[in-house]
Amino acid sequence: MSEIGKAASRRSVLKGSLAAGAAIAMPTIFTSQAKAAFLNDPGAASTVTLGFNVPQSGPYADEGADELRAYLLAVEHLNGEGDGGMMNTFSSKALKGNGILGKKVEYVTGDTQTKSDAARASAKSMIEKDGAIMITGGSSSGVAVAVQALCQEAGVIFMAGLTHSNDTTGKDKKANGFRHFFNSYMSGAALAPVLKNAYGTDRKAYHLTADYNWGYTTEEAVRTSTESMGWETVEAVKTPLAQTDFSSYITPVLQSDADVLVLNHYGGNMVNSLTNAVQFGLRDRVANGKNFEIIVPLYSRLMAKGAGANVKGIFGSTNWHWSLQDEASKAFVQSFGTKYGFPPSQAAHTCYVQALLYADAVERGGSFNPCSVVEALEGFEFDGMGNGPTLYRAEDHQCFKDVLVVKGKENPSSEFDLLEIVEVTPVAQVTYAPDHPQFAGGQLGTCNPGA
Amino acid sequence: MDAIILQVLNGLDKGSAYALIALGLTLIFGTLGVVNFAHGALFMLGAFCAVTLNVILNTSYETIDPDRTDFLGNPLKVETPYIFDWFGPEVGGAMIEWSVPLAILFAIPIMVVIGLSMERGLIKYFYHRPHADQILVTFGLAIVLQEIVKYFYGANPIPTPAPAGLVGSFDFGVLLGFEPGSIIYPNWRLIYFVFAAVIIGALFAFLRFTTFGMVVRAGMADRETVGLLGINIDKRFTIMFAIAACVAGLAGVMYTPINSPNYHMGMDFLVLSFVVVVVGGMGSLAGAVAAGFLLGVLESFASMAQVVDLFPGINQIIIYLVAIIILLTRPRGLMGRKGVMED
Repeated sequence: MSEIGKAASRRSVLKGSLAAGAAIAMPTIFTSQAKAAFLNDPGAASTVTLGFNVPQSGPYADEGADELRAYLLAVEHLNGEGDGGMMNTFSSKALKGNGILGKKVEYVTGDTQTKSDAARASAKSMIEKDGAIMITGGSSSGVAVAVQALCQEAGVIFMAGLTHSNDTTGKDKKANGFRHFFNSYMSGAALAPVLKNAYGTDRKAYHLTADYNWGYTTEEAVRTSTESMGWETVEAVKTPLAQTDFSSYITPVLQSDADVLVLNHYGGNMVNSLTNAVQFGLRDRVANGKNFEIIVPLYSRLMAKGAGANVKGIFGSTNWHWSLQDEASKAFVQSFGTKYGFPPSQAAHTCYVQALLYADAVERGGSFNPCSVVEALEGFEFDGMGNGPTLYRAEDHQCFKDVLVVKGKENPSSEFDLLEIVEVTPVAQVTYAPDHPQFAGGQLGTCNPGA
Repeated sequence: MDAIILQVLNGLDKGSAYALIALGLTLIFGTLGVVNFAHGALFMLGAFCAVTLNVILNTSYETIDPDRTDFLGNPLKVETPYIFDWFGPEVGGAMIEWSVPLAILFAIPIMVVIGLSMERGLIKYFYHRPHADQILVTFGLAIVLQEIVKYFYGANPIPTPAPAGLVGSFDFGVLLGFEPGSIIYPNWRLIYFVFAAVIIGALFAFLRFTTFGMVVRAGMADRETVGLLGINIDKRFTIMFAIAACVAGLAGVMYTPINSPNYHMGMDFLVLSFVVVVVGGMGSLAGAVAAGFLLGVLESFASMAQVVDLFPGINQIIIYLVAIIILLTRPRGLMGRKGVMED
């Protein structure tokens, strides 16, 4: 008996040790809110915390700073301060300017450093330590995909910032993740007709593509769109992401029979490759009896500023531009410009809109529960946010709206007036089926409330 | 053939920057025995001397133009540079346009002061410490300098164009009997190559043909003996550190029209320059220059589409691949001396 008793005791000690070990080993993210209906439920608290995860250091720090400015403005407006910005023009009238569900909005910030691991670490810290109910921001697709996966796993909503790769709402889509920004496919679809009108259908294109996820999807999208209208792709060369001097990639273009150069580059890559291309006289070149042309599929004002006069006359696409004259854009520019002294970038715009859309979804759903937010945002149609009538498609959590085709301005009147809108491409032209090959693979899955 | 000539030109152009930075690195290592990971930051500071001069020349006062409006619909604030009032719009405009060449004069004293401050204020305390300590402290210093520049100038690249008269390309095709337009090369890159050659030549002549240079070379070979002869070799080595800083800074100034400067441009060059120094042979000035041009040319050829099609990814690893091959066959590098870095 005593021996049985001893054996049982030994077993129970072992079991107890294993259970305790497992409990210690399990991340607090999965256990701290076990009794709550969803992770970081603010309950009866008078405040709710949002997590702004933006690049505060690294090459996209300026873009991150603009995103953060937009978030602070959104918090101000949600809490009933300032002029209200786009809350006044937003078609949904659920937001009252008294916070979200009556709780004052507070925020914490993280630095993504434009590195996936750093971005995940800062998002995790904001969720676990600061109790952030939603994570938003970012200036790179790699970061967006990584943080989106983390938020899905943890059980909070992720409202993506600037991310343009098809994969974010394609093969890497997640039920807890939402993207307002447009994508590579939309850039290709919007640019093609404009390029056809400007440069004709008999063109030979040479692609220089940044050697990472976003570069690949952008090259594929632009190639597919331009080839379908008759252009030929003579060469597509991958360039290392860390490349700074593109001269050895530009000179082969001179040797090819291409008459168009497509720069699938963003940020510093784009500034340098475009500058180098202009230095090598490509803008003044005549090939196949035509003027040589350069195309930059994704533009941003901050990049255009970095490239200076080299952007003049070069086509590209953008999600939004401060010179739009609809009431919503004017309200946002007024609000942002008055507070900060300069117009907002497209990154600032998409982040501001995402913050408001999240708050509105919580108000409409009546709960901070991520599953309620997902339900409220899926299939949500809205207007008055600067892009015309917009749909948050339920199948992939991608926003569908008009896309802007822009061109580097020949005679800018100020340091902000660098791009001019040449066409507002209607949403129908950039809409695709959820199972489109460029977005193949991956499952949205089901929402995770984290508890 | 024209494609090969173009890639050779590219390689020489790239190699110019590598050689200038690697030359300074080798000079510091050869004289002071310090592995200076802040050397890339000196290149970056030189580039920002050009940016700073441009900002100074563009310092303006505001007037209100009631007939035009800004993006908020308020009367437009028009900025007029002070130098337009002081020297007239034509001369003032020319000064702004030629700010990069002018920045050479602006950068020299600044880089000398920075070099002397770095050596006297920090690096001299690490002469007798292990190389690992030197690497850590200079790398830390590089990060601090980067962050200071980012604080004042932001993270975005800042366009700093060459004077309009020097923009454009030179047609080697016509000169070499090829089809016109088949071998064109940007004027400023050619100027950069010539500038690098002049600086390298001047530095070698200084070390070879002046008493000061002779003493420095003697000190590099046997510091102790030179010291025993009653020569203050430390003082000369400090001056050499300032000269190396100045060379890196001038390389940075002249690089600004090639690629818009940003705060991390030094780091982009630093790793490659160290590979250049190792391939050239630690402590060998001629080796640093030769390896700079060699790796520049190889990197250019490896970037050609035909080469990348044949060996995918070769463009990203070529420099390191060549470094491995050279170090396996010549462990001291191309022109390395026995006993250097072998303790």
